[in-house]
Amino acid sequence: MAERSFTQEVGKLRLGAGETFTGEGILAITKALLENGVGYVGGYQGAPISHLMDVLADAEDILADLGVRYEANASEAAATAMLAASVHYPIRGAVTYKGPVGVNVGSDALANLASSGVTGGALVIVGEDYGEGSSIMQERSHAFAMKSQVWLMDPRPNLPSITQAVGQGFALSEASNTPVMLMVRIRSCHVTGTFQTRDNQRPALTVKDALANPRSDFNRVVLPPMSFVQEQDKVKNRWPAAQRFIRENGLNERFGPAAAPVGIVLQGGMYNGVIRALQRLGLADLHGESEVPLYILNVTYPLVPEEFLDFCAGKDAVLVIEEGQPEFLEQAFAAMLYRAGHTIRLHGKDVLPMAGEYTGQVMLDGIEGFLRKAAPGYLPAQRRAPNAEAAPIPDLSRTVPIRPPGFCTGCPERPIFAALKMVQGELGKHQIAGDIGCHLFACLPPFEIGGSTMGYGLGPASNAAFDGGGEKRSVSILGDGGFWHNGLSSSIGNAVFNNSDSVTVIVDNFYSAATGGQDVMSSRADNRSKSTKHPISQALKGVGVGWVRQIDRTYDVPKMLATLREALTTDYKGPKVIVASSECMLNKQRRERPLRNQAIRDGRRVEAPRFGVDEDICTGDHACIRLSGCPSLSLKRLDDPLRDDPVASIDQSCVGCGNCGEVADAAVLCPSFYRADVVHNPGAWERRRAGWRAGIIGWLQQRRQRGRLDFSASVAGGGQA
Amino acid sequence: MSVALSPRAADPRLCGILKLAVMAVGGQGGGVLTDWIEEVARADGYAVQATSVAGVAQRTGATIYYVEMAPLGDRAPVFSLLPAAGDVDILIAAELMEAGRAILRGFVTPDRTTLIASTHRALAVSEKTLPGDGIANAEEVLAAAAIAAQRTIVFDMERIAVESGTVISASLFGALAGSGALPFPRAAFEAAIRGSGRGVEASLRAFARAYDAAQTDAAPPEAKPAKPAATAPRGTSKLVGQWAALTAAAQTLPAPVQAMALAGLRKVVDFQDIAYGREYLDRLATVQRADSAAQGWRLTQEAAKYIANAMAYDDVIRVADLKTRAPRLGRIRTEMGATDATLLQVTEFLHPRAEEIVGLLPSGLGARIEANPARMARIDRRFGKGRRLRSDSLWAFAQLYVLGGLRGWRRHTLRHKVEQQHLGAWLAAALAHMPDRYDLAVEVIRTRRLIKGYSDTHSRGLSKYDRVMAGITLVAARDDAADWACRLREAALMDEAGAALDGALMTIKSFA
Repeated sequence: MAERSFTQEVGKLRLGAGETFTGEGILAITKALLENGVGYVGGYQGAPISHLMDVLADAEDILADLGVRYEANASEAAATAMLAASVHYPIRGAVTYKGPVGVNVGSDALANLASSGVTGGALVIVGEDYGEGSSIMQERSHAFAMKSQVWLMDPRPNLPSITQAVGQGFALSEASNTPVMLMVRIRSCHVTGTFQTRDNQRPALTVKDALANPRSDFNRVVLPPMSFVQEQDKVKNRWPAAQRFIRENGLNERFGPAAAPVGIVLQGGMYNGVIRALQRLGLADLHGESEVPLYILNVTYPLVPEEFLDFCAGKDAVLVIEEGQPEFLEQAFAAMLYRAGHTIRLHGKDVLPMAGEYTGQVMLDGIEGFLRKAAPGYLPAQRRAPNAEAAPIPDLSRTVPIRPPGFCTGCPERPIFAALKMVQGELGKHQIAGDIGCHLFACLPPFEIGGSTMGYGLGPASNAAFDGGGEKRSVSILGDGGFWHNGLSSSIGNAVFNNSDSVTVIVDNFYSAATGGQDVMSSRADNRSKSTKHPISQALKGVGVGWVRQIDRTYDVPKMLATLREALTTDYKGPKVIVASSECMLNKQRRERPLRNQAIRDGRRVEAPRFGVDEDICTGDHACIRLSGCPSLSLKRLDDPLRDDPVASIDQSCVGCGNCGEVADAAVLCPSFYRADVVHNPGAWERRRAGWRAGIIGWLQQRRQRGRLDFSASVAGGGQA
Repeated sequence: MSVALSPRAADPRLCGILKLAVMAVGGQGGGVLTDWIEEVARADGYAVQATSVAGVAQRTGATIYYVEMAPLGDRAPVFSLLPAAGDVDILIAAELMEAGRAILRGFVTPDRTTLIASTHRALAVSEKTLPGDGIANAEEVLAAAAIAAQRTIVFDMERIAVESGTVISASLFGALAGSGALPFPRAAFEAAIRGSGRGVEASLRAFARAYDAAQTDAAPPEAKPAKPAATAPRGTSKLVGQWAALTAAAQTLPAPVQAMALAGLRKVVDFQDIAYGREYLDRLATVQRADSAAQGWRLTQEAAKYIANAMAYDDVIRVADLKTRAPRLGRIRTEMGATDATLLQVTEFLHPRAEEIVGLLPSGLGARIEANPARMARIDRRFGKGRRLRSDSLWAFAQLYVLGGLRGWRRHTLRHKVEQQHLGAWLAAALAHMPDRYDLAVEVIRTRRLIKGYSDTHSRGLSKYDRVMAGITLVAARDDAADWACRLREAALMDEAGAALDGALMTIKSFA
């Protein structure tokens, strides 16, 4: 994280007993880890938990004082594997990644860890990326907890609750010798609020202490016959121990009146949404005092049948509010009720949708639907018999354009995909596979390059079926983040092994850019605590790729185009890899803009480039935009009755990356583009020379103008005056 | 059975919760705005909660921030983490279509919502990529906003921000403060900006202008000067006299045609010379003779537009001429914010092909060369490469200047001959439908819109034009021929490759 500083956030990690933390949920969790004597922390970045990693990376001093080890892991599997330190040693460890994709990757290690069992508290903080704003497939991490017998916490989404869950999670893990997943949804990670802090705690046993006094016990190794014993231990000892701990320590909560005809069971993460719906129905007050009894599952796995059956006692109907599919909780509750011979009516996915985020409207409709069925007396009169419909608001669904994410202004990936689009124009459409990262935006218009994404670092691997070659070659995309995460072995190494006749483009933007600009091995930045500057091209050669082309300026579209053309047409058999390197513009601007402004203020000579379009030369065909999609390259309507279509126009957000000019050249588009470099603080000689030039040019221009009419000062139709 | 409790009204204290959503485009600074709003609320003794969905999914895409607040009591209120349809008090849209999206999602309702929206547009990719005009209809959104919102505060907040040297979060914040929708004094808002510590002065400037605009419900006047009044072009008295004669002739045209004809006249004279202007008027007169007042002179009006565009074709000479004119440099300086203290360097990106170079040759010679692919390929190898010219340097300027000065030669070039033939054929094709198929003739004239661009784009345009014209021939005898011609043209403007056009042509062939 060379380009951003988290000093302010790090300061919040120092707060002591009796002070108040104000900030985001994920940072509060980070603070809570330190308060609970964590001995080591790791993880793999990704929304919504990147912030935890970023801040800890900048908090070396605090971590060193406390004797806490911090590791930026290579992947979620690596992060989970690190929790092995808690198997034999009573050290609390925590790792974080996004769910469910990170849990997918980590599941191999997670299953082994769960079988071995833990001595020290082991916590996986899962940032569940579900619902609006999510960038991944819509699934639940819940299933992983069920299959591996790992406990799953889903605390109420406010800072006191989620920070309390950190301590409870460690204790639950230790009481039941089982790893715990603490799930926080995307909005809970970014929710702001306050909580009372405590002093940070040094771990009772540090990893250094443990290393000095190593332990091992083959009973913990996942090998027969111990693995069979471990399975029995899970269900006979650890599971009941966890249920006992949950019950005795009141991890789940009950709110509202003790006796009522109906009740609602909910995941902790759903609490605020449920309260809002009840508030809107007049059944809860500002502080969440509800007239409907609520049973809140801050631990969603394992469930505690005694608690649930006790909650159901004396009620006619109960509603389970469980976001996502399938309805694991509802099924489990149904089994509990059936076994207990209960006759209470169980509602859930019958009044709420099986799939999709439980938004405000969904929650309101669901709870209202439940009450209408089970206890209509609860509903206010107007809800029971709605008044007349409100005046209709015009339907804008055909007017408002969709706005999916895309490449930022000046993104170095844009010219790569412009060149790929052009090369397909020449050689025909190709089989192209995408990967995870910003470069996946290329599958959207205007590029529409790539038709699949199969997992981080798996782009080239996902083309394996096509790698025998044929009339055309398959093309795959891989980012630098994906390359180091998994791609080097799974995608590249194996392509060498299988003599794949394939083309891979590695998008090297110097960071794990999509997750917030973290450094990776090949980053060019100096990093105080990490070893960077390991070129991808060297790693490629190291694993035996014989055809590697390194491009150090992706904006050189003609070169990019020629290299792609060569890769697709060369006689060389075996994998062909192009490493296209240019720095992520977001991070580059973050670093360079303040420096440039300072240089201008200091009176140093600075050239500030920006692109422009000659509006009278542009014909309004928009071919340039179909090879760009840059936010700063837009359209404007001219005040000219002769023109039908809006012309291209570049706004002041242009960073002068050069793509427009390069593309206009390489695609032989049109001569409307120009680059204007404003020279700040020019030297005296430069200024004088520019003055002479301008004098001569001005004289030539006047000379020509004398021979013709000058319309520049008049407007269209000006002859009428 | 159920012992229903008595239904009751919602907790009156709930009315104290203010719900505010910000709909923005990723990169607009929505996070900064949200931080400021939280800051103001907290400083004024409110409990406040904000949420967002940061991450890759919002890079330049539509994104949403959500804030709830209520007066601080002895117990914490329970806030929602996401906005609900019909339950938003203040909706801030950092772009006009995002306001539209908010309305679409039900976040703007007449019973409660104050809509604060910037009227500027950040075009979505789908609006920009069409070969024609794909820009979404802003009027529809504004009209819907007036119905959907309890109160609207809409003006161009982006412009205020840019003119103040900052980003839109500052002017949105000013508009929010000025709206009075939050119960906090102006000073508290300004303190929040000061507290953030970066770019404070520029942010406060934008804040103040937007505050005033929101208070008076009127956008501040545009900073740029008003357009110059309509005046005659400047030039030697001889030229001005000739121009006057041309405009006098144009003014004898039917009234509905005059404005377009004068614009066209200006374009072609600017492109070539006075004589070219006369040719333009002659062509227009031919069309006018076939036209009639009964049809409102629509044919002549359309012809006035498209004949001018066809005559002022985009050749190398025109491009070089436009790139070397004096006012251009002034326009670039203004656009780039260059001051007297700075210098300006301008780089042109040119990539002439053999076709453009041969197009400059005398028509006979040029045609012979063009018919010989081997020679064309040789010329392309020799000349047809990307050139980057620093047009502020003397050598590069001189090259462009000489090219731009070839106007006198233009009438002898191959390109001119080709363009003249095409123009003649097109006009003849249109007039062939007169007088019986008046609407179809108008549509044929309008088909000229498809020809635009340079190089491959130009060739593609020509090919689409040809296909549309062929399609029109197939349906010419039908009563609804004009409708089909219009449909074909619109289809041709839908996508680059002409897939929509091919579809429309298939339909035509199925019945024609």
